[in-house]
Amino acid sequence: MTVHSFQEHFDEKMDKDQAIEAKDWMPDDYRKTLIRQIAQHAHSEIVGMLPEGNWITRAPNLRRKAILLAKVQDEAGHGLYLYSAAESLGISRDDMMEQLHSGKQKYSSIFNYPTISWADMGAVGWLVDGAAIMNQVPLCRTSYGPYARAMVRICKEESFHQRQGYEIMLTLANGTEVQKKMAQDSLNRWWWPSLMMFGPPDADSPHTEQSMRWRIKRFTNDELRQRFVDVTVEQARILGLTIPDKDLKWNEATGHYDFGTPDWNEFYNILKGNGPCNKERLDTRRKAWEEGQWVREAALAYSDKRRQRKEKKAA
Amino acid sequence: MSQKADSKREWPLWEVFIRSKAGLDHKHAGSLHAADADMAIENARDVYTRRMEGISIWVVESKYIHASDPGDAEILYEPANDKIYRHPTFYNLPDELTHM
Ligand SMILES: [Fe+2]
Ligand SMILES: [Fe+2]
Repeated sequence: MTVHSFQEHFDEKMDKDQAIEAKDWMPDDYRKTLIRQIAQHAHSEIVGMLPEGNWITRAPNLRRKAILLAKVQDEAGHGLYLYSAAESLGISRDDMMEQLHSGKQKYSSIFNYPTISWADMGAVGWLVDGAAIMNQVPLCRTSYGPYARAMVRICKEESFHQRQGYEIMLTLANGTEVQKKMAQDSLNRWWWPSLMMFGPPDADSPHTEQSMRWRIKRFTNDELRQRFVDVTVEQARILGLTIPDKDLKWNEATGHYDFGTPDWNEFYNILKGNGPCNKERLDTRRKAWEEGQWVREAALAYSDKRRQRKEKKAA
Repeated sequence: MSQKADSKREWPLWEVFIRSKAGLDHKHAGSLHAADADMAIENARDVYTRRMEGISIWVVESKYIHASDPGDAEILYEPANDKIYRHPTFYNLPDELTHM
């Protein structure tokens, strides 16, 4: 087959909604874009453990502590599923680690905000995991098989994340005046960053069209953002909390909520590395990687030794 | 020198197969890195069975999996195409016939 017919074969699969598997031929750009997207997604799961890990030892009771621990452990698992999916495209795990640490590959900007109160564990579960779920559910049908299968597994596990967060908010919102204030303050701080999780407006998102064609993106940033606002407004009402947007208003004509514009300058600034926690997050990851080096080496040395001993016995 | 090369060595990749309950086949669940088979099974338990998804785990180092070439699909599977008489629906039998 010529390159041309490989391309035709690939395009036909795209048109017919068929999956691409690791050993199938694929265009270089498709492979590169997928590696970037999946690695970024994997890094987000791993770095995303840090803002919540911050509260594990200070959870208000044993039940909350066990739940938070389980959630953070899930996120580690999500990172691993996704790293494996990316590896099937020909990048090594160590390469991805290196590129995270050097800043060449990114992770979601949301994790560069600090978690300063217990209520943030509620808001993060409710809003951040909520936004992530909205982003991720359509990816269960993405064109690259290993990525789609990882997403199915992840989405199954995510739903408890959002529910436990909402439950924290509900408890605080129905608690004392101080607790309610804490919940509102947390919503105020996490609302706009959560909206930014869907990425820049469609007009400033040049790759959307190609990604939609490849089915590695199934809805545009603005479509998903709108959907998120529409479902979250009602959830805030049940909590009795106020969404910090004076432009938020039901629009009878469109059947959707109108809402204000996030501060995109803030978004791009954090992307450049200038968010409140960028440095702390990367330093923590680098430190964990460097200080784990001897463990990785020791485990290999131990398995080498055991294999040699076995071979000697057999000889 | 060899120290340096060693530190660059990644833990090998393993494929994980899980039996979800007694009586069912082991099914491919995903992959992970581990230094040896024991660690691969322990990691598989942590990564793939956090919600009682399995009662038995197989791991095999990925390099030992031999796979067919997707480019050969036509040659490999075509011969089955024209043998539809292998399917029960191929046979035209009277409607009143039951238990068959
Ligand atoms: Fe996750
Ligand atoms: Fe999550």
